[in-house]
Amino acid sequence: MDAALIWEWVIKALFLIFFLLGGFAYLTWYERKALARIQVRYGPNRAGPYGLLQPIADAVKLIFKEELTPSMADKVIFILAPIVTVVPVMLMAATVPWGPPIQLFGRTINMSVADLNVGVLYITSIASIAVYGIVLAGWSSNNKYAILGGLRASAQMVSYELALGLAFVLPILLAGSMRLMDIVTKQAEMGWFVLIQPVGALIFLIATLAEIGRAPFDMPDAEQELSSSYHSEYSGMKFALFFMAEYEKMIVICAIAATLFFGGFLGPGVDKWPWLGPIYLLAKIIVLLFLMIWVRATFPRIRYDRLMALGWKVLLPTALGLVFVTALGILLAEAVNPAMLWIIPLLSLVAGVLAVGVIERALRRKEYARR
Amino acid sequence: MAQIEEVTVEQLKHLVSERAIEGETMLLNMGPQHPSTHGVLRILLELDGEIVVNCVPDIGFLHTGVEKNMEAKTYQKAEVMSDRLDYLDTVGNNLAYCLAVEKLVDLDVPVRAQAIRVILAELQRIASHLVWLGTAGLDLGAMSMFLYCFREREYILDILELVSGQRMMTTYIRPGGLWRDVPVEFESAVRAFLKMMPKRIDEYEALLTRNPIMLDRVLGISTLSKETALQYGVTGPLLRASGMKWDLRKEHPYCGYEQYDFEVPMREEGDVYARYLVRIQEMRESLKIIEQALNKLPYGPVRSDNRKFVPPPRSEIGVSMEALIHHFKLWTEGFDAPKGSVYVAIESPRGELGVYLEGDGGPKPYRVHWRTPSFDNLQVLPVLAKGLFVADLVALIGSIDIVLGDIDR
Repeated sequence: MDAALIWEWVIKALFLIFFLLGGFAYLTWYERKALARIQVRYGPNRAGPYGLLQPIADAVKLIFKEELTPSMADKVIFILAPIVTVVPVMLMAATVPWGPPIQLFGRTINMSVADLNVGVLYITSIASIAVYGIVLAGWSSNNKYAILGGLRASAQMVSYELALGLAFVLPILLAGSMRLMDIVTKQAEMGWFVLIQPVGALIFLIATLAEIGRAPFDMPDAEQELSSSYHSEYSGMKFALFFMAEYEKMIVICAIAATLFFGGFLGPGVDKWPWLGPIYLLAKIIVLLFLMIWVRATFPRIRYDRLMALGWKVLLPTALGLVFVTALGILLAEAVNPAMLWIIPLLSLVAGVLAVGVIERALRRKEYARR
Repeated sequence: MAQIEEVTVEQLKHLVSERAIEGETMLLNMGPQHPSTHGVLRILLELDGEIVVNCVPDIGFLHTGVEKNMEAKTYQKAEVMSDRLDYLDTVGNNLAYCLAVEKLVDLDVPVRAQAIRVILAELQRIASHLVWLGTAGLDLGAMSMFLYCFREREYILDILELVSGQRMMTTYIRPGGLWRDVPVEFESAVRAFLKMMPKRIDEYEALLTRNPIMLDRVLGISTLSKETALQYGVTGPLLRASGMKWDLRKEHPYCGYEQYDFEVPMREEGDVYARYLVRIQEMRESLKIIEQALNKLPYGPVRSDNRKFVPPPRSEIGVSMEALIHHFKLWTEGFDAPKGSVYVAIESPRGELGVYLEGDGGPKPYRVHWRTPSFDNLQVLPVLAKGLFVADLVALIGSIDIVLGDIDR
């Protein structure tokens, strides 16, 4: 370990943090614009051309806002909660590879902050810390709406972490490694994992929506039911931190989804020009983000107990089935014929269709007369 | 001055169950500033986890004393107060009030005025249902619905502005007819709306009617039986969704509704979904009524020529001394209505909107009372809310379609 390595880490980490902060600001603009266009509105268009300065105006407003702390709140935890929510999100982004390794100043530089050999495990464990922030925020606010939201959040995370964890297993199995870089390079030879495991990718996307609490799984901060629940007592920058956590989580989760299932930084020409890698990854992130915004604009919110039913009764068994199918396909491909790998998408599509049938039944309660 | 009695905590304890007093269940104050209480309704909720044990609506935050104020104004001037009751059905309020005044003083209304009244009332019904659909969709989390519905509502408000110069508080319908005839652009504007709207309703249905998440949220939620509905005096789409075909436009036609061919949508199930379907269908039926009324819109005067009660048209004032005197008398001291009392009810978008009017022989009403549908429909909320999730309660309040201005008057 030499000084240059430490400098490399510091520079990469700073770069990533600034990217996430800037990305968060402009993701709010992107979401507001996209939502507005779907809803036949203009969206922000006052500050700067196309409202591009709107995030800066928002930031200035939030910084200068008065910060209130409820008198009966648990002050330490009240201040700690937003921090606990934001920090894991930034940590999570560290393992995502942004491009193939490059040669610079005679050094080989990995395009991720930390290319851990247990990258996927690291992501799952760090991601589950973030829920503490929400629960603690709900509890420390001394507000009944907030505590209801905190409880909802914890129940929701527990139900979804399992399906999400199993969805993580699929690319691990296919790539034979937990290192994100290996998963990406494996996709260069095998094709994107979304082609081999389409249903798995879908489950991953649904579970991540629930994990980060986006519509239609935004029960923890259901504005119409609990009036924004866990962050209803927060104001100023503390509120902005929750906001920041939610949007950075969106970016990071989309980056991870792109890495695991959509080929990460891969794309035509990356071998020759490595600088294309980050651009491809960014493009994939933006497309996935649009998907999330689109879902938010279209679907009503699921009810909290039905969501858990969906998580436990549908997604978890389906994900288990997919893990089995994937393992079977890999075994057959090794033992019989490499072409046998393609029974994975076939069998998982069958599993997916079965699951949709189960969803139908799980989501329909007894009083559902067929109308 | 009447003595105001102090209410002790002991007297209020019966509102919640024993378990709340022991601290086993949680009391949650929902509203008056809550995004889903549609205004300033306050609900005291007793929650066991997320399940509603008890629900006590608390109204009166929007009390404006409209009824009392109307007693201090002449019959014509009191009408502007009626707009402010149910701010989503202003034309309907005007209509009910004018029908009551016309019944009290026995005025005839020309057929053209009646047809235009019907067109405007049905447009307003669609506008009101659009607000309901948007806000109920928003309560369920379907945020785009809100903006789509308000986009179409703008067309209707534009038409109202075209005829009256006002978007919401129109006061266009007057005792004895209308304020003035509709402008020439009116017919084409309404026809353009008629052409556009069916497709737009199809779009709403494509987004919501068979949406699995939506079905999950509304099917079988808070079923209201026909018996309970009748006991509580529930009217309007709520009653029709519970299996009772009761629509005042059919049962006691007014304004010539009997000449129009339309169906009264009805569902047997009585749940939130049935209310949704009934209201969507009502919008389509209203379009049918508007089209028929527009097709046979007769020509002629739009105001009764009984000068004792109805001011003369502007054009006459300049040439006729008599008209000037009538105009002056009517707008300064009003007309003397006979002694007696009348009750007139119309079918507002929310149910039976009734006006009780009592005259004492003078130019001002002795007593005005409004039988507002939201008030009676809200009474059924505590019965329906028991055992629901908080999320369902929000859907339920949305499906009752309350307007707080209508409740508190």
